[in-house]
Parts: sequence; structure tokens; C-alpha cells
Amino acid sequence: MIEFQPSDDQALIAETVRQFAENEVRPQARTCDETGEMPAEIVSAAHELGLVANALPEAVGGGGERSAVTGCLIAEELAWGDLAIAVGILTPSLVGLPVADFGTDEQKNTVLKALCGSEFQAGALAITEPEFDFDVFRPRTTATRNGDHYVIEGRKCQVPAPGELPMLVTAMEGDALQAFLVDAKSSGIDRKRESNLGLRGLATEEITLSGVEVPASARLGGEAGADVRSLIVRGRVAMAAMAIGVARAAFETSRDYAKERETFGAPIATRQAIAFKLADMAIEIDGARLLTWEAAWRLDDGKDALREATLAYQQAQKVALTVSDGAVQVFGGHGYIRDYLPEMHLRNASGFASFEALSLV
Amino acid sequence: MAISFEPTENTVAAKEHFNSIAMEQMRPISRRYDENEGEVPTEWVEWWWNTGRKQTSGKLDGPSDGFIQACVQAEELCFGDAALYLRMPTPALGGSAVGAAGTSEQKVQFLKHFHADGGHPIWGAMAITEPQAGSDASAIETTAEFDEASDEWVINGQKIFCTAGKGSSTVDGGFTVVWATIDPEAGRAGIKSFVVPANTPGMELVGCEKKLGIRASDTATLRFENCRVPRDHLLGSAEVKKKDPKKAGDKGFKGVLATFDASRPIVAAMAVGVGRASLDFVKENLAERGVEIRYDAPPAELTALERDLMEMEAELQAARLLTWRAASLISKGRPNNLEASMAKAKAGLAVTRITQKAVGLLGAEGYSTKLMVEKWMRDAKINDIYEGTQQINQLIVARRILDYPSSVLR
Ligand SMILES: Cc1cc2nc3c(=O)[nH]c(=O)nc-3n(C[C@H](O)[C@H](O)[C@H](O)COP(=O)(O)OP(=O)(O)OC[C@H]3O[C@@H](n4cnc5c(N)ncnc54)[C@H](O)[C@@H]3O)c2cc1C
Repeated sequence: MIEFQPSDDQALIAETVRQFAENEVRPQARTCDETGEMPAEIVSAAHELGLVANALPEAVGGGGERSAVTGCLIAEELAWGDLAIAVGILTPSLVGLPVADFGTDEQKNTVLKALCGSEFQAGALAITEPEFDFDVFRPRTTATRNGDHYVIEGRKCQVPAPGELPMLVTAMEGDALQAFLVDAKSSGIDRKRESNLGLRGLATEEITLSGVEVPASARLGGEAGADVRSLIVRGRVAMAAMAIGVARAAFETSRDYAKERETFGAPIATRQAIAFKLADMAIEIDGARLLTWEAAWRLDDGKDALREATLAYQQAQKVALTVSDGAVQVFGGHGYIRDYLPEMHLRNASGFASFEALSLV
Repeated sequence: MAISFEPTENTVAAKEHFNSIAMEQMRPISRRYDENEGEVPTEWVEWWWNTGRKQTSGKLDGPSDGFIQACVQAEELCFGDAALYLRMPTPALGGSAVGAAGTSEQKVQFLKHFHADGGHPIWGAMAITEPQAGSDASAIETTAEFDEASDEWVINGQKIFCTAGKGSSTVDGGFTVVWATIDPEAGRAGIKSFVVPANTPGMELVGCEKKLGIRASDTATLRFENCRVPRDHLLGSAEVKKKDPKKAGDKGFKGVLATFDASRPIVAAMAVGVGRASLDFVKENLAERGVEIRYDAPPAELTALERDLMEMEAELQAARLLTWRAASLISKGRPNNLEASMAKAKAGLAVTRITQKAVGLLGAEGYSTKLMVEKWMRDAKINDIYEGTQQINQLIVARRILDYPSSVLR
């Protein structure tokens, strides 16, 4: 049956995360953006909510509640609070979910158990490459088998800073797209902190891999390998949900401002030029959210979702940019000033054109 | 319950059923009745009356998607032909008005002929718009005065743009729901709706419009001169609440407006049907020439054509899902005023753009009447105009999200 209401469980999770986003995340958003640093307390506080572990298998100590739809609800709420912090909180999923889906027993034992432990563990996924014609399904990075190990060559960017856990790197192994668990401290790895237009609160890195050697057992899924394509599809859905969170934040901020701000003797929201813009924002956000939920639902249902995920992601990306730009406009000159949120929403929203691969659901 | 996009077997069966009607009964005559505006599409009207309306659609048992299924029906039939859909012998919007504001006796009285076994095709319609009152329905000037002596309402005025109004006013058994004021001083609170049976003396069919699209649909001008209907043909109460028409319990103007909450999702679904006709055609046409959308191509490699098609697909599906959401609230008996207007605003505009783009993408062929896309473009545009224009629906959405009354945002 077609149904647009989340289940009671989903609604409860979403509400919990919404409150966390409002009370813990949002108040830190501006400082993180300005300083480029994310306080450790916020990621550990989020870790205690168990958002990541909840989706991991019970066998490794997780909650066994994997659902892309639920993941979308969480991602939207957190991104509503702040995009950089949202990604920061969820980075463990970037390795956790792929390993849960395709990992060998050994990979699951090391990575997933750590993620379900009491301490927060950052995860890192290196997919994107710094090329205008980057093809996520055919990266330039290569992995070449050499006896009992692989040699990886390539350049990755927008990689959330790796922690103790190995990062997951996508590479072409001949004609096949595969992923490898690579220790960020391996020799041949050069890491540089990036500075980007948005997402500034999250430490991300450009990572060059020159002749990096990893054991054969580091290939995700071992001999069987992994369906990396499906991870990318999941990434599109997750990023669509986050884009909607950013758009909703921008919409709500500008809606509230428009009711306060008076010109020519009346609140600007009483003028159609502003009111209709806000109405369009609301409509477009809801439309993109439904596309995203549909794609997520297909994932949960085990259906192919490349088309739906791609359309949802493109739509959400467009909506996030239009809405956050609209929000700056509603704020007028004030929207250009860093004391107010819209300019940050606009900078963050612009990133979705390249964030597609962060598979967080 | 949890978020799900899996239609019930019922909906799937209904979709197939109405799709085959669209393809077998409607498409073959679509062009003909577009070109011969004003001619009654007899074979379609008769077929629907004698056969179509009696067929079961969907499965009779098992869970149902409720009002979403009605949207699926509207989408499929408009995928066939939107104008022929509007020409179907049904109570249409007149029926929605009776359903929303009528008593159970009134429902039986006015709708029974539509369910009769034999008889002949009949139509229902809704007449709100007047030459000086479109978007602002509260500005209507048609009056209804109560004549104590005969216990009748006496209607005077003129209505324009009444869809199916030719059939509803001239074919016995049908009816037109007419909005009129019983107290011109009272503004909105004085506006009531009346059921005027076909061929009631004093109601005159003045003529039908010539239009950009939906040409097989009759769009009538009706004149009312001392047109008398019995007292019980008023829908809702005759009381005029001057003080606060917004207070609950008043089924007056608010009541008549409430029918839009159910009809807007249907109009949105109709729009989606026309949009899908265009988009599917373009995709199939291009596929034959080797153009397929690559959902996995990197942005730098996507062609402009692929980008356009993807955007059209996303826009169409967003419109459809917003429509179904508004419909699903109806099934649950929950308010959907905001969601209905969101769906209508989105679908009206998205489909207008999709069908226009389709003409452009096919080049000179798309512009030619050899293909149907130029017709679908003409048919699509009305969806952004009637049942509240784009702007009126934006206004409703804006009032809802800003929590403003109509006095503050108009
Ligand atoms: C083919 C067809 C079938 C129809 N069928 C029916 C029917 O069955 N029954 C019926 O009663 N009516 C019907 N209509 C009438 C239709 O609902 C009206 O045409 C429509 O509501 C717009 O009214 P209008 O044409 O008077 O435009 P106007 O109200 O004059 O509007 C003109 C323009 O101004 C904009 N506008 C108006 N007010 C505002 C505002 N407050 N803020 C911003 N912009 C505004 C409108 O969006 C529009 O762009 C039909 C019309 C057509 C063309």
C-alpha cells in the first residue's frame, strides 16, 4: 500500500534526531564553519545516540535495523542542523555500511566491532577525484594485483579525514570497479587538508596514493569483491536526503525572517514576491523529499534504484541550491553577512554537485 | 504502516484497466475530436455510458490505496486524452460538490441517474466562474432569491467557462451546480451552491468557447434568467453567517471551497497523465534513434538531451508523488488543503513545461500535427489555470506555511 507516513519507530528516531539537531548541532554550526573544527563532544554525543551502530548487523553488536528510508530521515534532520556536523557524525557509516554489505568475516570483525564500541571512530571513504570529468563508476585510480598484494595509484579528494580505521578507496581493477581498505598511514600516501567553499567545519583531505601496497585481503569482499556500484547508488540517495535537510533549513530560516522583517510598513512575507518564493521552496522541498524516499524505499525493497536515486539526487541538488539562494535573497543584504545562516546554507548546498558518493544510508 | 511506494494489487489492476481504455478507446479518436471542436465524441460517450462505467476496475477485494486509486484512474485516462476524459458522462465536479456539501437525500436525488442501469449519457458540471469573477470567486454576482410563495430559489446571472456545461444544461437527468449569492451585502458568507437540473426553464446555454486545447471538452456559457429551483436544491444551509465566516460549523463559502481539496489532486493527476503521454512518447521516439538516458554517466559526459529528459522525469515524478500524498490524506480523513494546493501548483507548472519541452526536443516534427506532442502541449496548459491558477495555489500554500489569513496575504 502506498503510504507517506513513517512508521512509529521511524517517526520516533526522526524526532529524537531532530531534537538533537536543534539543541546540539545547530548552535555549533556557525562556529564550526568559521573555525574549520568540529568539537569532539558533538560527535561523541551523537555516537551515544547509536545512529550508526543501529544500522549495523546484530552479530557485531549493532542494532540490525538497516533501512535506507530511516537513514534518509536521520540524514535530513542532521543536515538541517548543519551539513558539516551531519557528515562528521555519520562518517563511520562510510566504511561501516559497505563493510556490512560486502565485507569478509575478517573485515566485519575488525571494522564493524570497532564502530559498535563505546568510542566514536571516524570513517573515511575515498571515491571522488579532483577532475572536472570525473566518472564515479570509472575512477582513474587503479589497483593492480601483484602476487599477494595490490598496488594502488591515484588521487582522491573530499575524503573526510581518516581516523584509526582503514579508509575505503575505490579503484579500477582492470575493468572492474572495486574498493580497498587502506590504512591512511601506509607509505606512498600523501594527505592534505582541503579548504572548500562550504562544508568547512568538516576536515576533508585530498589524498594522493603513489604505489601504495595493501594485502590482497584488503579488497572489500575479499575474493568475491564488492558491488561498489550499489554503494554509489546509496550515496546518491543519502546525499539527496542531506540536500533536502539543507534546503529545509534555508527555507525555514528565511520563512521566519520574512515574517519578522518589515519594509514599507508591513512584513515582507505579506508581499507576494516573497510569499510565492517561499511557497515554491516548500513545494519543491516536499517534491524532492518524496523522490528521495521512493529511491530509498526501493533500496530497502531490494529493487534496483540507479534511476530513481539519480533523479532524486539531481532534483534535491537543484532544489537545495535554488532554495538556499532564495533564502539569501529573502534576507537581502543581511543574507550576505556571515552573522546569518543563509550564506552558509548556500555555500553548503553548492557542494552537492560533487558530494554524490558519500554513501551514508 | 511505514513509508512505502508499493501500490496495492487493486491499484495495479485499475491502472492496467484504465490504461487499456486509454489506448483502445481514447487514443484512436484523440486527434479527430481535437480537430472537430464542438462535435460530440459519440462513440466514446456511448461506450463509456453503456460499457465503460459498468466495468469493474481493479480488484474487488484486498487492501486499497483509497483516493490514490482515483488519481491513478485520472492519470491513465488523461494519458489517453484529457479532453475526452472531461467529456465523459459523469457527475464530474458537480458530483464532488454534491458529495461534499449535500445531504444523503440530495446525494441520492441528484446522483441516482448516473448510476441507472439503462438510460442515456448525462453530465454533471460546476459553474462558479463569471465574466468578472475568476480567481476571486467571492466576487460572483449571480444571485439566488428565495420566493416564499413558491418555495423556490430564483437564480439570475451569467456563468462562463463551465466544463461539460453544454451536456449538463441540456441533457435531461444531468445537473449543474451553480454558485450564487443569497445576500450580496454579506460577501463570502452569502455565497451558496445550487443544483440546477438540466433543461430547467430560465437556464440558457449561450454557447461554447473555442480553445487552445482540450477541444473535445465543452466549455459553456450559461445564462440564468429567473431560473427557479426547489428549496431543497440548495447544498448546505441557507443561513448567512455574517460575523465570522471562518468559524468552524459554517459550511458556506468554506464548504464550497472544500471541494477543491478533493478536486485539486484529481486535476494534478490529470496533468501528470498528459505530461506522461508527452514524456513517454519523446523517450520512445528518441530511443528508436538510439538515444537512451544514461543514469550512470558522469556529468561532463551527459548530453543536453539526457539532462532535459532526466529533469522532465524527475519533475513528473515529483508532481505525481505530491499528488498521491494529497490524495492519501483524503483517504485518511485528514486535512489536505496545503498538500492539495502544493500538488496542483507543482503538477500544473511541471507538466506545462514538460509538454512544451517535448515539442521543442522533437524539432520540426514536434511542432507538426503529424505527432501528438503539440496537442498534449495545448491540452496540458489548462492544468495551470483552472481549479485555481498557479498563483492562486501558491497563495494558498503561502498562507498555510506563513500562517496568514487571506486578509493579510491576498
Ligand atoms: C477550459 C476551461 C475550463 C474551465 N472550467 C471551469 C468550470 O468547470 N467551472 C468553473 O467555475 N470555472 C471553470 N473555469 C474557469 C477557471 O477556473 C478560471 O479561468 C480561473 O480560475 C482563472 O480565472 P480568470 O480566468 O478570471 O483569471 P483572473 O482571475 O482574472 O486571473 C488573471 C491572472 O491573475 C492572476 N491572479 C489573480 N488573482 C491573483 C492574486 N490574488 N495574486 C496573484 N495573482 C493573481 C491569475 O493567476 C492569472 O494569472 C475554466 C476555465 C477554462 C479556461
